Amino acid sequence: MPLIIEMFSFSFLVRAIVVGLLVSLCAALLGVNLVLKRYAMIGTGLSHVGFAAMVIAGVIDFAPVPFSLPVVVAAAFLLLRMNESSKIKGDSAVALVSTSSMAIGVIVMGMTTGITLHICNVMFGSIFAMTQSDMYISVALSVVVICLFVLFYKQLFAVTYDESFAKATGTKVEIYKSLLAILTAVTVVLGMRMMGALLIASLTIFPALSAMRLCKRFLSVVITSAVISVVCFFVGMVLSFGLDLPPGACIVGVNLIVFTVFSGIAFVRKKGIA
Amino acid sequence: MALITCRDAAFAYEGRVVVTGLNFDVQQGNYLCIVGENGSGKTTLMKGLLGLMQPKSGKIETGDGLKSTQIGYLPQQTSAQKDFPASVYEVVISGRLGSRGILPFYSKLDKQIALENMEKLGILPLRKKSFRELSGGQQQRVLLSRALCATEKVLLLDEPVSGLDPIVTAEFYSTIRALSRDTGITIIMISHDIRAAVEYASHILHLQNRQIFFGTTEDYVQSEAGQYFLKGGDHYASDH
Repeated sequence: MPLIIEMFSFSFLVRAIVVGLLVSLCAALLGVNLVLKRYAMIGTGLSHVGFAAMVIAGVIDFAPVPFSLPVVVAAAFLLLRMNESSKIKGDSAVALVSTSSMAIGVIVMGMTTGITLHICNVMFGSIFAMTQSDMYISVALSVVVICLFVLFYKQLFAVTYDESFAKATGTKVEIYKSLLAILTAVTVVLGMRMMGALLIASLTIFPALSAMRLCKRFLSVVITSAVISVVCFFVGMVLSFGLDLPPGACIVGVNLIVFTVFSGIAFVRKKGIA
Repeated sequence: MALITCRDAAFAYEGRVVVTGLNFDVQQGNYLCIVGENGSGKTTLMKGLLGLMQPKSGKIETGDGLKSTQIGYLPQQTSAQKDFPASVYEVVISGRLGSRGILPFYSKLDKQIALENMEKLGILPLRKKSFRELSGGQQQRVLLSRALCATEKVLLLDEPVSGLDPIVTAEFYSTIRALSRDTGITIIMISHDIRAAVEYASHILHLQNRQIFFGTTEDYVQSEAGQYFLKGGDHYASDH
């Protein structure tokens, strides 16, 4: 408890926690749709694109969030398109885009001398990353993501559950798929600075997967996933502060523990019934 | 005026013409079975009827105030749905999406319609259960309720009994027949079960990459194509 009180005495940590909680919530909500729609890899792909964008923003000394946002949103559209086209299949498309962006990021980084950017921070996250103006943008955007998710909840469900039925009964499926991709792109950009490019994708996948071990209804999966994500974020943050470890890794670590425990419970339950 | 009219329509899939010479119409209250083997163009025609695909030539028209989005559809299940965490109620009410449109959440009326349709198919007691834990027959009833939420006019069923055991299949067919009889809803069913088709349907459309037969079931049973098929023949077209 004193540790937590101490944490809240640092204004940069308060900023990190406020933004982190909101981003975790966004990621968990969208994650349920991403995992069930078999789009989980898109989050990973986008985080690599985000990596390149962040590096370039750092090199040209431009505010990272406003710079990365349009780039990653564009990449989200591209990935979605590639997913539909039969020429390059979805998973290969993601691999292609991920590794290329990674390469571009590293090349740009290598070409610039005297760079103040720490690759470790971009990859694994840093709690010092969040400035005051970053925080305002992040809070506003996460609130927008959450509102859009709630407003279009039933469309996102229908498109995720059965795209052809939704299409046949007059739902503009393409619009909602794009919406899902855009919201994911925004979440990835917002979460990347703290979680790091390598770990942000796990924020969209882990809570949803854990929730699915135990929940049988869509709404309860969504709610459980949100709760898991927020709790894991907070616990991970406290560990990160207490043990002086990168926050992204701690948060993923906590998520992994939750996932393991939930899988265990699901296994025992199944055995119990059978 | 017919609900659906098909005039000289042909459909192509990935540039290859799959089915041609389609001339038929569907009247209010008909029970039409579209039969033919795999690859005979049934699924392609179905996409055309649902408005997911445009004919390469000719046309498909809807009449009597029917919009193509008012066709309730019972698709074949995908593998992703088999482990999808959703309750029966959540699946059924998603059929109301088309009529709810852009407005957030579902209205009281939507909820009521969903409950009525579950009641109609005897799955109301299952509404809180998880879809993936139901038996195959129960799952089809759930998807049928969802389709009924989307339409009061036309139901399109794509191989609805595949994977069901004979008893459940018979039950499902009689459910469809009861729906057709009691509510006057128009049924279009894609099937390769030709014996069930002639037993239940009022009209038959037989495809073999072109239209071999369209007419009433009585006429079909008398026809050359029908006789040949009912005897268990395979390639009518290639033998003639």
